[in-house]
Amino acid sequence: MPGMACGAARGGEAVPRVVAPIVGRDDQFFWDGVAAGEFRVQRCRSCSRLRHPHAPMCGDCGSLEWDAVALSGRGSVASWIVSRHPTEPDAIPRLVALIDLEEGLRAVSNLVDLAPSAVRNDMPVVLTIRDYEGVLLPQFAPAGAGDE
Amino acid sequence: MSEPRLFDRAVIAGIGHTEFSKESGRSTLQLAAEASRAAIADSGLSPRDIDGMVTFTLDDNDELALMDNLGIPALSWTSRTPFGGGGAGAVIQHAVAAVGSGAASTVLVYRAFNERSERRFGQPEAASNVPGKVSYRPYGLDTPAKIYSLWWQRYMYENGATNEDFGRYSVVARTWAATNPNAWYYRRPITLQDHQQSRWIVEPILRLLDCCQESDGGVALVVTGAERAADLAQPAVRVAAATQGHLRGGDIRFDFHHPDLGHYPEAGLVAQRLWQASGLKPSDIQVAMIYENFSPIVFLQLESLGFCGRGEAKDFIAEGHIGPGGTIPVNTNGGLLGEAYIHGINNIIEGVRQLRGTAANQIEHVDNVVVASGRSAMILTRH
Repeated sequence: MPGMACGAARGGEAVPRVVAPIVGRDDQFFWDGVAAGEFRVQRCRSCSRLRHPHAPMCGDCGSLEWDAVALSGRGSVASWIVSRHPTEPDAIPRLVALIDLEEGLRAVSNLVDLAPSAVRNDMPVVLTIRDYEGVLLPQFAPAGAGDE
Repeated sequence: MSEPRLFDRAVIAGIGHTEFSKESGRSTLQLAAEASRAAIADSGLSPRDIDGMVTFTLDDNDELALMDNLGIPALSWTSRTPFGGGGAGAVIQHAVAAVGSGAASTVLVYRAFNERSERRFGQPEAASNVPGKVSYRPYGLDTPAKIYSLWWQRYMYENGATNEDFGRYSVVARTWAATNPNAWYYRRPITLQDHQQSRWIVEPILRLLDCCQESDGGVALVVTGAERAADLAQPAVRVAAATQGHLRGGDIRFDFHHPDLGHYPEAGLVAQRLWQASGLKPSDIQVAMIYENFSPIVFLQLESLGFCGRGEAKDFIAEGHIGPGGTIPVNTNGGLLGEAYIHGINNIIEGVRQLRGTAANQIEHVDNVVVASGRSAMILTRH
């Protein structure tokens, strides 16, 4: 995809139309955090272990008590793909990546503000919340080039 | 240790299948009935002998409806294996457990679908939020090809594996398929150039010719007590070991959360249990049937099973080890890329054929076959 900047404006109109998340009882806190500009994970009140993806019970100690805490938003690219061969409503290619967060957790997200040819495994990235026609998603941009 | 005794009490007695196509033109229930009738006939037993059934949770065919079609009078056992194709190996574990424990005397294993003409697995998924199952659809992670590629890109990075390396597996699969009359790609081999000219599905991991087929068809097997082996119409095949391997933090598709992304820990756990339970080792195996939704998963499983070291699969395949004349022929029916995608269960009947000596691409002197589908697997052995 020469010259294609995934997730970035192209000709002023190529913004991905994303499928909105379906928010459930177990991950309401996560999407509330995104709306507040944060990437939140659960921290067990009993053993302090951080967990992501969300889960109602702590797999280490069995506690149901937890707090939602905001991560630093710093991480690195564990792996990545170009999500192309697009199907409606994913109208333009996007970079999907696994992000190794500096707190020791891993998240699925998108890379923004860089071309596929510029992606490198283990490159540092930072959180940025983006608004896709009213749907807010936590995204990651190259460290130093992001807006966080 | 009770497992080996359990295995010793059961054998695979019969195999059956429909033709493998892109449009069967009949219901999935009819496909299940045809494959099951063929497997029961192959065993020399009768529908009246069947008192157990095992299939996949994803199978649309109701056990009771299939009973009616086959004329099975009564059942004492039904069970289903989760995890889609990852559970393909577990159907035999279930059947052996049922027979070995005495819960059933003879179990029919079946899987049938119109996976090309009706319910296509490769299509984008609807967004969902099942508790405990995160949907990554908002991020554009919508198809199996994309979901699995996000894991395998790390494998490529760590090991210097390229899409061309993956293509060498596809060429092997299509080479076997070309001489298997049951295969959809019978007489249609490909070259590495064909592979490299096929279009990207997920850049830079998968091209079109890295993807398994979408297929219509049905496959069935009959598992019965070892004491009946002498009375069967076909040579019985013993199950030397059958196991599943699931790990905390894992997921059947979004298997992204193990600390070390560059390998397949569930397949490693399965392999460890297979070798331990059977007392066999990789060099004792003559044929390996390895589930492949997409070509890279063969690389990860070859390494997990111990046929080569970590990161070495690309060289192992390039050196010709898994093709005709190789040291460990892999997917001699053409696999799910070359023969058909019957959710991996067609690989089990190919393993049985190799042990009976009736495979289209028969390997000489086959005593042990490993049939692996990632998180479930078995070793089949001459009785």
